[in-house]
Amino acid sequence: MEGPSSTGVSNRKLAMWTFIGSECMLFGTLIATYLIYRGRNVVGPYPDELLNIPFITVTTFVLLMSSLMMVLALAAIERNDLKKTKIWLFMTALFGLIFLGGQYYEFNHFVHEGLPLSRNLFSSTFFVLTGTHGGHVAGGVIWLGTLFVRATQGKLDATHAETVEIAGLYWHFVDVIWIVLFTLIYLLV
Amino acid sequence: MSGKSGATAGHSTEPHVSNRFYVAIAVILAVFTALEVMVFYVEALAPFLFAILMVLMVVKFALVVMFFMHLKFDRPLLTGVFAGGLFMAIFVIVALMAVFGKFG
Repeated sequence: MEGPSSTGVSNRKLAMWTFIGSECMLFGTLIATYLIYRGRNVVGPYPDELLNIPFITVTTFVLLMSSLMMVLALAAIERNDLKKTKIWLFMTALFGLIFLGGQYYEFNHFVHEGLPLSRNLFSSTFFVLTGTHGGHVAGGVIWLGTLFVRATQGKLDATHAETVEIAGLYWHFVDVIWIVLFTLIYLLV
Repeated sequence: MSGKSGATAGHSTEPHVSNRFYVAIAVILAVFTALEVMVFYVEALAPFLFAILMVLMVVKFALVVMFFMHLKFDRPLLTGVFAGGLFMAIFVIVALMAVFGKFG
């Protein structure tokens, strides 16, 4: 059991918010790099030839809905409703996997169309930025998977609500980063 | 560390928000995403595209942070920690874009 904190906030939660603040700066530098080099390609293929807005809108919707499921998992564990906690944790991880599947398909499609990582400025900055985000999603899916397994083993109950809340903070952060990337990369081509 | 809830250390001060409220937030997020895509395809809105998309993006961002991440109901210290990183990131983006001549 965690002891009292001088800040009035649980140390683990404060640590997660501090981590999220530092992650803002990480993504800030990657976004800045992408924006600086946007429109400066000297060889194709160019972004407007490849970006599939309807497809990415669907995967964006999937990630947004995974955030809803995450917050429902937290609400369930706070009520000590373990059955629903398991369901929502599983659904959140599943939607995260669907998003990753979409990203894998998109990357594969780009490479197939002649846009590997080092082809031009767009490909370098695009793959690094969205790939870093995808890595975070993958980490979140693994984290949610471990929580789901613990819940299945009966090792997760209402006394662990903060553990789920902290995983949720990470997951929602991954979602808000995608909200920014969706606009900056796909809609403001 | 056991990983149990740190009730003594200040678990979220949020009021009990109903699931229906969370669903309502998700519906707003979905509708705003649809609006973003619609604006993207409507040529008549092209002159306002940047402004509209930025407003919708900021509102969606704020909704998730305030309600799904419970920052609206939590302690101000956490808002400060997050806002510090966020504003520094925005500053870095704007400064680098200025340095590289992206503002004309």
